[in-house]
Amino acid sequence: MHLLMAITVGMMYATGLYMMLRRSIVKLLIGLVLLSHGSNLLIFTAAGLSEGNPPLIRPGEDGMVGPHTDPLPGALILTAIVISFAILAFACVLVKRGYEEVGTDDQNAMNTTDQ
Amino acid sequence: MVLTSVFSLFLLALVAPLVTRVAGRYAGWVLATVPAGWAVWYAGFIARVGEGEVITPASLVWVDSLGVALSTRVDGLSLMFALLVTGVGALVVAYAGGYLAGHHHLGRFYGYLIAFMASMLGLVVSDNLIAIFIFWELTSVTSFLLIGFGHDRAAARTAALQAMIVTGLGGLALLAGLLLMGVAAGTYEFSEMLEGGITLGDHPLYIGILVLVCLGAFTKSAQFPFHFWLPGAMEAPAPVSAYLHSSTMVKAGVFLLAKFSPVLGGTEEWAWTLQIVGGVTMVYAAFLAARAVYFKRILAFTTVSSLGAMVMLLGVGGPGEAAAMGFLLAHAMYKGTLFMVAGSVEHQTHTKNVEQLSGLMRIMPVTFAAAALGAASMAGVAPFFGFTAKYLMKGPIPEAAAGSFLVIGVMAMGIFMTTAALLVAYKPFVGKPNEAASAGSEAGPALLLGPVVLSVAGLIGGLMPGLFVQPLVASATAAVTGDAPEKALSSSIGMINMGTLLSTSTLAIVLGVVFYAVRDMLRRTTGLMDRLDPMLSGPVVFQRVLSGTLWFGRLQTRLLQNGSLNTYIRTTIIGFIALVLGLGANRLKNAFLWQDAERPSLLGMILVVLLIVSGVAATVFRYRLAAVAALGMAGVASALIFVFYGAPDVAMTQFAIETLTVLIFVLVFYHLPQFTSFTGRMQKFSDWVVSLAFGAVMAGMVMLAVQTDMAPKISGYFSENAVPLAYGRNIINVILVDFRAADTFGEIVVLGIAGVGVAALLSVSGRSQNPTKPDGGVA
Repeated sequence: MHLLMAITVGMMYATGLYMMLRRSIVKLLIGLVLLSHGSNLLIFTAAGLSEGNPPLIRPGEDGMVGPHTDPLPGALILTAIVISFAILAFACVLVKRGYEEVGTDDQNAMNTTDQ
Repeated sequence: MVLTSVFSLFLLALVAPLVTRVAGRYAGWVLATVPAGWAVWYAGFIARVGEGEVITPASLVWVDSLGVALSTRVDGLSLMFALLVTGVGALVVAYAGGYLAGHHHLGRFYGYLIAFMASMLGLVVSDNLIAIFIFWELTSVTSFLLIGFGHDRAAARTAALQAMIVTGLGGLALLAGLLLMGVAAGTYEFSEMLEGGITLGDHPLYIGILVLVCLGAFTKSAQFPFHFWLPGAMEAPAPVSAYLHSSTMVKAGVFLLAKFSPVLGGTEEWAWTLQIVGGVTMVYAAFLAARAVYFKRILAFTTVSSLGAMVMLLGVGGPGEAAAMGFLLAHAMYKGTLFMVAGSVEHQTHTKNVEQLSGLMRIMPVTFAAAALGAASMAGVAPFFGFTAKYLMKGPIPEAAAGSFLVIGVMAMGIFMTTAALLVAYKPFVGKPNEAASAGSEAGPALLLGPVVLSVAGLIGGLMPGLFVQPLVASATAAVTGDAPEKALSSSIGMINMGTLLSTSTLAIVLGVVFYAVRDMLRRTTGLMDRLDPMLSGPVVFQRVLSGTLWFGRLQTRLLQNGSLNTYIRTTIIGFIALVLGLGANRLKNAFLWQDAERPSLLGMILVVLLIVSGVAATVFRYRLAAVAALGMAGVASALIFVFYGAPDVAMTQFAIETLTVLIFVLVFYHLPQFTSFTGRMQKFSDWVVSLAFGAVMAGMVMLAVQTDMAPKISGYFSENAVPLAYGRNIINVILVDFRAADTFGEIVVLGIAGVGVAALLSVSGRSQNPTKPDGGVA
């Protein structure tokens, strides 16, 4: 299963990078989202996969009993999801403003500060 | 007190502009009192150091953990240089007051000059190798400022840059050499190397140290083929030439070689390197000097030649060190004199070419007297100190490995030096005053003091060596060889045959006079040299290297920094892939062969396939909304994977965020154009190749990470302490809001900033002057 997940992560990075290499800046936004999916799954997979058993402690017990998912990657990914959302929201508005100012979504036409 | 002398001069450099404003035309005299005072203070050590004593005051700790300290050590060599730096320095400061009188940047000039003085003094009294390097670099920097003092002239700027780059590169080599030396010797304190009797001749690092230290010394002391920066540096005002580029700074390389010779010297490599480089420089530069016509240029080449002689003598070793030290002191005095004379003549007559002047003797009699004394010393006429120096030189050379060549070399230098001496001290002064000379008048006291004092000192040094010359040269030699001072000199004097000396000296002088008489023919017949010398070393090669570097920089910028974001990303990623594959292609390949205990489950496989398909779909769909829908699908699939593998919290967040993301996309895309394809098929194909390669590398990295056992897992701590310490049962939750609460707070701040940014951009959009599309109000 790890191999499958690794290939999935690789595909997310590949598609994300491909979209970032497009000249249309709108596609760059889509690439950004794909890339963050890839990164989240990378952290998740790298820590080791195990089905079931979320890291929740049953009432009445003081700690986890039996095998369970590592809580740390979960905490890291939660943070990563929120931050990448913040970046995406800002990037979306920036692209929209840039398009309004320059009138094109070709990155190569956006490389000067003067209009 | 020794450190105080250095720092008081740095302080003086800072206040020099202020003093100049207050004291006006007497500023030179006022400022000169400080270095003059220190010169007297250092002169007080002559007797003690002459008896072999070494003054080592307490050091100032700087960076203790790295062995860097501001430690000082005054032995004979340091004392001789300290006296030159402060003594000649005081005369030059006074001289500059006359030479640059009324210059609107005079205050700044004093500042630079005295800052140089402080750096040079720091260099010669330092004991710590790192401190030596720092002061060494400071002399290069201040020299740059002084050469470029007339910064409104392009020639001055070019010469300053040239000197800076040459000595700066040498300085870098020297730093490496000093560090290696410190590593090899186990200490950065030079006195500890001497006391421990450490010689590095057999050390495996020796060749490296020797090459690097020599590079530093040769560039600074203008040895062939780095000699070209020194004649260029004559763009500086005459006081700078007299001080930095003849008496002090250019001798720093010789100083360093002399200082290090007990530790680095005494080997075949040392002897051959120094003898060959020094010998070639000596003859070559002396020949160029005899051909030159500009006052300062003649003097610059004779300086290069003398420096070559000193390097060569250090390479000869044995009694050669005594000759080098004697010659060094004599040279500082007569060359300082002649440069100041050249400056005075130039200042009074506004003529730089010696051939265009004659009869100045009647107009500037005192200046002429000083020039004659200095030139006689330079030509090695008895009984001047220059003769004594030559006398010391003739002893050891025939004993050297390349003895017979060096004898001829010294002879040639003596001939050309005589010609050069006649050019600067005879040609402009004798005969009937011509038009250019008549325009001038005798220089004022500030311009006369320096040349007169130095030239008379040269005469006294020859007539009464016991007064200050003998103890200084003897103790300096003792510092280099490690013998007792009185022994150091006598051994070299004993080797000289007075008869041969007198006959060769006379022959050199006679031949020098002959060359002087036929100098026009000499210049014409060797006219090829005018084109050959720049090609051999100097400006041409230097300019080629410089413009080549700039060309390479422009090429690199054009290739890598072409302004296209796509190119940047592509270059970075290709570089990353190459690096990873280059370093660990094998490890990555093996990572894929790992036996996985976790069997692929059916549901897991379905989710993974769903994720990949929606990811690929997002890249190939041509319609924006379809792509966004595919993106949403990918988000849901990855959230389901989180559910399936026991991270429901993450999945819930992912669901919420995914919904918001799709919403934002739909709203923003409403204002954006349809997808357009800007690139051709080939580009797309090659981009897919790069992207898939990147994906494969990342997949390999994941496999590597999975197999890396990251024990001891810190997660155990969170699981055990969630209930007892934080009273929470959802461990992910507890980590976020309790154990790592500060991180979460930072995350909230990031979100807040992004929100502010979004709001700001949207509000600007409302006020935009000519929006392409009406604002639909995304928020």
